[in-house]
Amino acid sequence: MSRQRDNYQQSFWRKFRQWVDGEVDTLTAERMESAAPVLQPETAAPAPVPQPETAVPAPVPQPETAAPAPVPQPETAAPAPVPQPQTVAPASHPQPNGAPALSPVTEGRGLRLYNRFYQIMSVLLCMGIILVLLWTIAYLPVFGNAGNPDNNEVSARYIEQGLKETGAMNMVTGMILDYRAFDTFGESCVLFIASCCVLVLLRVDTAPGENPGKKKHGAAGDPAQVHLPEQLVDDRIFEPKNDIILQKCATVLVPVILMFGVYIILNGHLSPGGGFSGGAVMGSGLILYLNAFGFRKTERFFNEKVYRRITVSALTFYCLAKSYSFFTGANHLESGIPLGTAGAILSSGLILPLNICVGLVVACTMYAFYTLFRKGGI
Amino acid sequence: MKAFEIVLLGCLVVCAVSVAFARDLLTSIIIFMSYSLIMCVIWIFLQSPDLAVTEAAVGAGVTSILFFVTLKKIKAIRKEDPDEQTER
Repeated sequence: MSRQRDNYQQSFWRKFRQWVDGEVDTLTAERMESAAPVLQPETAAPAPVPQPETAVPAPVPQPETAAPAPVPQPETAAPAPVPQPQTVAPASHPQPNGAPALSPVTEGRGLRLYNRFYQIMSVLLCMGIILVLLWTIAYLPVFGNAGNPDNNEVSARYIEQGLKETGAMNMVTGMILDYRAFDTFGESCVLFIASCCVLVLLRVDTAPGENPGKKKHGAAGDPAQVHLPEQLVDDRIFEPKNDIILQKCATVLVPVILMFGVYIILNGHLSPGGGFSGGAVMGSGLILYLNAFGFRKTERFFNEKVYRRITVSALTFYCLAKSYSFFTGANHLESGIPLGTAGAILSSGLILPLNICVGLVVACTMYAFYTLFRKGGI
Repeated sequence: MKAFEIVLLGCLVVCAVSVAFARDLLTSIIIFMSYSLIMCVIWIFLQSPDLAVTEAAVGAGVTSILFFVTLKKIKAIRKEDPDEQTER
């Protein structure tokens, strides 16, 4: 395996080694560390590590075509401008030092063979996975069969005792907000954490009380030149677009969508639906309103402070209420929460307020996702 | 009703395959939206209307909107307009 490679500085294996060692930042290939330790070609002949990649571009006749990395591996194609000393670089090499090594990728018989091999293997792999999955599905139990393993005492308990124990007409809501309320709490927290992560990733930092567009003005210097591209960059300046069709449609649709969402949330223990569905419907209604009328209208009733208060208070109430319920239930205490008459709107104990909490969290999260994507802030 | 279900499932498979083979990202997002809508009807046939509502709101609504906004952020939509004008 210890072959002597005359153009080791440009070889795929060396770039791969550099990428593995962390000397090259593949995401920003243009600003790599200039002090990267360059390996000498005679000392750093390919190490005796089993390396199937290097064997593929080997049969290329010209030295310049052996340089680039194979196309289908983006991490190896990225570190193009490898910092190399002038003495090591071959004189007959057509590329200057910082030239991207991506251009002669299409040339070279070995690379083409490798690409063909890669495509065929990927298709074969996909077909294999599909066949395995289909084969597995053939062994699944029949839908609705009475002898299925899910037809056990747990579901029998839910079906027979669910209405009496939870007071919810809708069995699904009774399950996810009473028997398995802890799972739902985890899901709500996952949504909150997801919105926090999107906030970390996409937030545009501005000073408090300052318009993001104005800040770009000041930072860029000459306002006359920056004016037009900044408008193109910043979506917020363009809002609202005053699209009359969209506004009229939104005037009709938004109240209906919001009322439907509220209905789904409040009726979650009686009819199909619940906090998550209703919250998603309300979130889409809010997004439609925002698209039609712009950020200035929505910021009057929904800004970051409102988002924070709603989400944190809803999650805290959920946590405290279910902690109390689980504590009393586990210690065989009387919880004191009336179940009410089944079928009434004010019934089934804690399920209705918990539905409202989940719905608020989901609606705020959906809306926050959109605003964060759109303008980089809630 | 059985035939309608089979037609829906066939459309589902066609949508799922054509999402992968669509050249344009915008086209594949719209096909993905229609996939979610078909899935929503199938959920109703499977007697779970709550999942149908969630699928319609999240799958066809919010997720596709987020995809659109992402395409606009990376300027994948705006680039195509001058190309089409020059071609015509």
